Amino acid sequence: MKALCWYGPEDVRVESVPDPKILNPHDAIIRITRTAICGSDLHLYDGYIPTLEAGDILGHEFMGEVVELGPEVRNLKVGDRVVVPFTIACGKCFFCEQQLWSLCDNTNPNAWIAEKLMGYSPSGLYGYSHMTGGYAGGQAQYARVPFANIGPLKIPDGIPDEKVLFLSDIFPTGYMAAENCNIHPGDVVAIWGCGPVGQFAVRSARMLGAERVIAIDKLPERLRLAKEGGADVINQDEVDSVLDVLRNMTANRGPDSCIDAVGMEASGHSLPYIYDDMKQKLKLTFDRAQVLRECILAVRKGGTVSIPGVYGGFVDKVPLGAFMNKGITMRTGQTHMMRYMKPLLNRIERGEIDPSVVISHVLPIDEAPRGYKIFRDKQEHCTKVVLDPWAEAKAA
Amino acid sequence: MDNYSNGRYGWRLSNGSKALPRWGALLGGSALAVYGISRHSKSGAALAAAGGFLVYGGSRITSQPAEIHAESSFTVNVSPEEAYRFWTNLENLPRFMSHLQSVRMIDDRHSEWTARGPMQLRITWKAEITDQRENEWIVWRSEAGSMFRNSGSVQFRRAPGNRGTEVTVAVQYEPPAGAMGKAFGRLFGKDPSHTIYEDLRHFKQLVETGEIATTVGQSHGRRSKLVRMGHMLYPDARPRPVESFADQTLEEERVS
Repeated sequence: MKALCWYGPEDVRVESVPDPKILNPHDAIIRITRTAICGSDLHLYDGYIPTLEAGDILGHEFMGEVVELGPEVRNLKVGDRVVVPFTIACGKCFFCEQQLWSLCDNTNPNAWIAEKLMGYSPSGLYGYSHMTGGYAGGQAQYARVPFANIGPLKIPDGIPDEKVLFLSDIFPTGYMAAENCNIHPGDVVAIWGCGPVGQFAVRSARMLGAERVIAIDKLPERLRLAKEGGADVINQDEVDSVLDVLRNMTANRGPDSCIDAVGMEASGHSLPYIYDDMKQKLKLTFDRAQVLRECILAVRKGGTVSIPGVYGGFVDKVPLGAFMNKGITMRTGQTHMMRYMKPLLNRIERGEIDPSVVISHVLPIDEAPRGYKIFRDKQEHCTKVVLDPWAEAKAA
Repeated sequence: MDNYSNGRYGWRLSNGSKALPRWGALLGGSALAVYGISRHSKSGAALAAAGGFLVYGGSRITSQPAEIHAESSFTVNVSPEEAYRFWTNLENLPRFMSHLQSVRMIDDRHSEWTARGPMQLRITWKAEITDQRENEWIVWRSEAGSMFRNSGSVQFRRAPGNRGTEVTVAVQYEPPAGAMGKAFGRLFGKDPSHTIYEDLRHFKQLVETGEIATTVGQSHGRRSKLVRMGHMLYPDARPRPVESFADQTLEEERVS
């Protein structure tokens, strides 16, 4: 089959690799109909996530048709159309029982690596380095889905792939980011980063009743999309201080919640940004944390900072004094996917939201390397790349 | 007890973990001495002397084969009764203990164990259960006259607040001297405590979910020489399929 493999920073290639096989009793094999490049894949593309190995298949946003099942998967049948969540969960451990699916104890075969870095290991993920399992990803024509009895969500016929594909990650991720803000009537939510997760955070915060959503980015097309989703916008390149603008917009209260939908590769011009950038280039740190710092300083006293953006390692110059003295709550985590997929599918079915609005490009898988490049460099007004694994095969 | 002091899994060598300092002292001392001499100065002479002292100290430590003790705990999300029941059938052990090939129960107390040693070497010994209390603990040891003297225990305690069962495993073994001893010594890999720890994790996965998470045998693109070399040098660091289900695919991968 064709698969997008990682070979080093800025070096991804579509290769011909063996088809996946059932390895465990709860496995399924999915013939992928649509898959996408996630903003977090760009951290892999740029080489900022440790423990990737040359030849790893990337991709954790995918959906398709069940073509083979292990003997213990009883809730699916061959031919079912499913969306696969990017976090892998067993359904039986303490954490799964608490609905903390992305903290599953049993799905990361390399848990010991994550334990060295983090103390305890989160769940396994597809195509996201060996520290989080080293599972082959879904930017391919087929994928092996472990614990298929728990993860995949059946999709009824009649809804196009493009509308439900993002149930695999970014829609639930943006939604959980907004839910973590514990929104009350009258709340103002500020969201840094109008990439796909930011877009869904904007729309979810509105759905959850935020009075006002303020979105911050520097790319006009993304700000326009956020505006269409119901946000007021700040172009960070057109103002002296985002913090001052937020202060003015809230009559000196500050936003009740701040969402960091950017993560480890924040951009900017400030001194702390230059400091992070130097350290990252020298491999002294994995993370540039400028947005997180701004969130902590911008949020009102007693407010909430919610972090859906991905961080990989260690961060310094965090204003912990502000965090402590302002009594801030910080909420984060990989998304507890299985909590959100079904309710959000219902919202899509009821027409409350059309997730396909974030898509700017649909490319055949052979063009995936170009997809990574334009998404990373924000060329061609790229907001989201969807891949069709079979496009060329159909044409041939 | 001080064998809890090494973080999540305790381990100790019974002769005071002198095996590591000995090599460290010999190598480090020699390097220091050579460097010191090459400096042709007063401080260099001092370094050389310090290095020489380290070499002397290092060489005085004897290299008796050590009795190895490894211990580890995991909280498992099943009742003590379930965990105990799974473990009492010793024939289940090879499903999650990576060094074991098979265990055959002879009667309620006696069993025959076969381990996979290095280079396809098979090591067999008989063991007996010396103590056991239902749903609480099992203690076993190799029978008198076994070449591979070893013992082990497993304890099950109900975890607080409905959090399942705290399972603690301890294993001791004493490799005999000589070449065979080396083979035995490597049974539990380069780091015995890590091996036991991962075995126990696999036990947890097996009793909670019915399978052990694995990626061995999955699809991937061409691996670079560097990655392949890493896998060869650090086989212990790779997730090992211990379930027969995954073993078949591993065999297939080796053939292809």
